[in-house]
Amino acid sequence: MKYDIILAGVGGQGILSIAAAIGWAALDSKLFIKQSEVHGMSQRGGAVQSNLRISSEEIASDLISFGSADLILSVEPMESLRYLPFLSDKGWLVSNSKPFVNINNYPPLEDIYSEIKKIKNHILIDAEKTAKEIGNYRASNIVMLGAASPFIDITYASLEKGIKTIFARKGEEVVSLNLRALEAGRKFAEDTR
Amino acid sequence: MEKLLLLGAEAIAQGAIDGGVSGVYAYPGTPSTEITEYVQSSGIAKSKGIHSRWSTNEKTAVEAALGMSYAGKRSIACMKHVGLNVAADPFMNSAITGVNGGMLVVAADDPSMHSSQNEQDSRYYGNFALMPVLEPSNQQEAYDMAYDGLEFSEKCELPVLLRLTTRLSHSRASVMLKTPKPENSVKFPKDPIQFVLLPANARKRYKILLRTNAELENISDESVYNRLFNLPENGKSELGIIACGIAYNYLMENLNDEKVKYPILKIGQYPLPKKLINELYNKCDKILVLEDGYPIVEESLRGLLNLENKVKGRLDGTIPRDGELNPDIVATALGKSTKTFFEVPKVVVARPPELCNGCSHRDIYTALNVLIEEYGHQKVFSDIGCYTLGALPPFNSINSCVDMGASITMAKGAADAGLHPVFAVIGDSTFAHSGITSLLDAVNENSPITVIISDNATTGMTGGQESAATGKIENICQGIGVDPEHIRIVTPLRKNHDELVSILREEVNYKGVSVIIARRECIQTAARAKKAEIAKNKESK
Ligand SMILES: Cc1ncc(C[n+]2csc(CCOP(=O)(O)OP(=O)(O)O)c2C)c(N)n1
Repeated sequence: MKYDIILAGVGGQGILSIAAAIGWAALDSKLFIKQSEVHGMSQRGGAVQSNLRISSEEIASDLISFGSADLILSVEPMESLRYLPFLSDKGWLVSNSKPFVNINNYPPLEDIYSEIKKIKNHILIDAEKTAKEIGNYRASNIVMLGAASPFIDITYASLEKGIKTIFARKGEEVVSLNLRALEAGRKFAEDTR
Repeated sequence: MEKLLLLGAEAIAQGAIDGGVSGVYAYPGTPSTEITEYVQSSGIAKSKGIHSRWSTNEKTAVEAALGMSYAGKRSIACMKHVGLNVAADPFMNSAITGVNGGMLVVAADDPSMHSSQNEQDSRYYGNFALMPVLEPSNQQEAYDMAYDGLEFSEKCELPVLLRLTTRLSHSRASVMLKTPKPENSVKFPKDPIQFVLLPANARKRYKILLRTNAELENISDESVYNRLFNLPENGKSELGIIACGIAYNYLMENLNDEKVKYPILKIGQYPLPKKLINELYNKCDKILVLEDGYPIVEESLRGLLNLENKVKGRLDGTIPRDGELNPDIVATALGKSTKTFFEVPKVVVARPPELCNGCSHRDIYTALNVLIEEYGHQKVFSDIGCYTLGALPPFNSINSCVDMGASITMAKGAADAGLHPVFAVIGDSTFAHSGITSLLDAVNENSPITVIISDNATTGMTGGQESAATGKIENICQGIGVDPEHIRIVTPLRKNHDELVSILREEVNYKGVSVIIARRECIQTAARAKKAEIAKNKESK
């Protein structure tokens, strides 16, 4: 088994918390992982991505090759499109529909949505809305992880464990909020796929 | 043994801790910052009392590391590639003095310039100084090289340069830890004048260095980090491949499902393993060199005249001349096709980094732009830090960013040339790093320049590390002779805009050195401090 994920977003949106949750789940499942992150300049509101590779065999490259990502998971709609050359023909594009507008020339949203919809395997979800419904907009990144979870080759139970581990020091409440967020995202994806 | 999921940078830190290091000396810089931060937050490092406080700049870091080595203990100095330029003087000379306790210098290169002003390759420095260089291909090797490198440094009595690039520094993988080694105790160098580089002694030491270098070549041939495999038993192969550091991983990624067995020389230790290279060279018609950074190995193999026309890489166009490697570039170099199924749609636009909302640098540029409109454009020299983003819209305020500290000295040079007014905009950490000596030059000639020190009390760009001059800036300026009447302190807030503009205007009209200290805490570190306090209050309840 080999599963390549590109996580995308804008610096400050916290995509690394998603990477951490998947990473924990992968290790729990006794898989190899490599995860390259972005630090430095672009964290100041620029475009950021992280390459997350999971495999049952040892992994060579820290970076994903063109045309081979199984999943692009983006917390921002325009950013979901930036890394399309890396998506495989059978890969899934899972994106938040809520834009992060910090530039003057942000394109019309309809144009972005219509490009996302051109990808057959896509999920477009308003993660912030879903997160608010279950208690707190801050859980929207984990809603996104939930929405991608049906496509990731890792058991749901392992993902839950990952979330429990990562949020443990923030207290019971935060753990339970994020578990609900995971579930809500997953349900949305399963209902719409 | 324990296994940890570590960034390449963190693996180096853990390797050094387990390798018996007693002191880490560093100035922050992407992609090297996480090495020191890891040691700072390590419980074991704390309990052992391993030194890890930030240095004022890379030169002071290398010197302190060398001092610890003099005293017999193991040390490491960490920096980004351009930091090694700043530290070049002690670095070069530490090869002549040699070491007592083991010493590693870690330089993290940034090919493709993700967060840097150039993509210089630190391996040149190793070559230049005649020092051994280690270059890990993965996180485990990063750990092993730091762990073993300290002892290796003691054995060859030289500092060892550990070079890595952004992708390895900032990528996580599992790392298997080794049994921790004890720290050294204090012990003087055998020769009391080993570190005295008076010419007569330096000449002696240099001869020792040259002898050691010849031995290092043999050591490289035997190194576990240099491995030659898949050589044809008889006859010649069409293509042999040399892969240095992380390039080896990109190569293996491409050979996973390949039937052809190319002869491969993996390189992780320099000086170059001559015997191994010779063996490969003679058994192959062509040699492809894969190295992240400059074409150093390629250049030395091919020679100035490229007589044999045998070596392929960045210099003959097989691989782009600039930028970092990746699995697709390596695939193309191997003649494999890379495939993409989707293009980036045209609606996607660039999203450059920007100053945070509420950042004090914003208020400074808003005010400075009023003066720029009055006195003309292209008179603002700036420096390196978050405030460099003032070069981008909506501010477009600054006209230079070259190297740390250059704003003040470039402004002085431009003033010498007759420009007036000239401004220098510099951050507090950059001022401490290299701006103080610049300011002294300006003070000594009473140059008519207006210096704005944007003091957000932290090293912001690299994530908010402590800043060496916090709380000392006005004293420093006074101490080196800036007239106290022209040291102005202001809080850059929107409501103080008019005050800031009028201070700027007054100081522009003063024909000497003015320093305006615009002081307001970085909003990122302020927010973090607030969060930490809330968490603390919660706990105590
Ligand atoms: C020689 C050198 N060392 C380190 C760096 C990395 N670096 C770039 S900006 C910066 C921080 C500057 O801090 P400060 O001057 O306080 O400005 P701020 O980012 O807080 O606005 C550092 C450490 C560098 N570019 N060059």
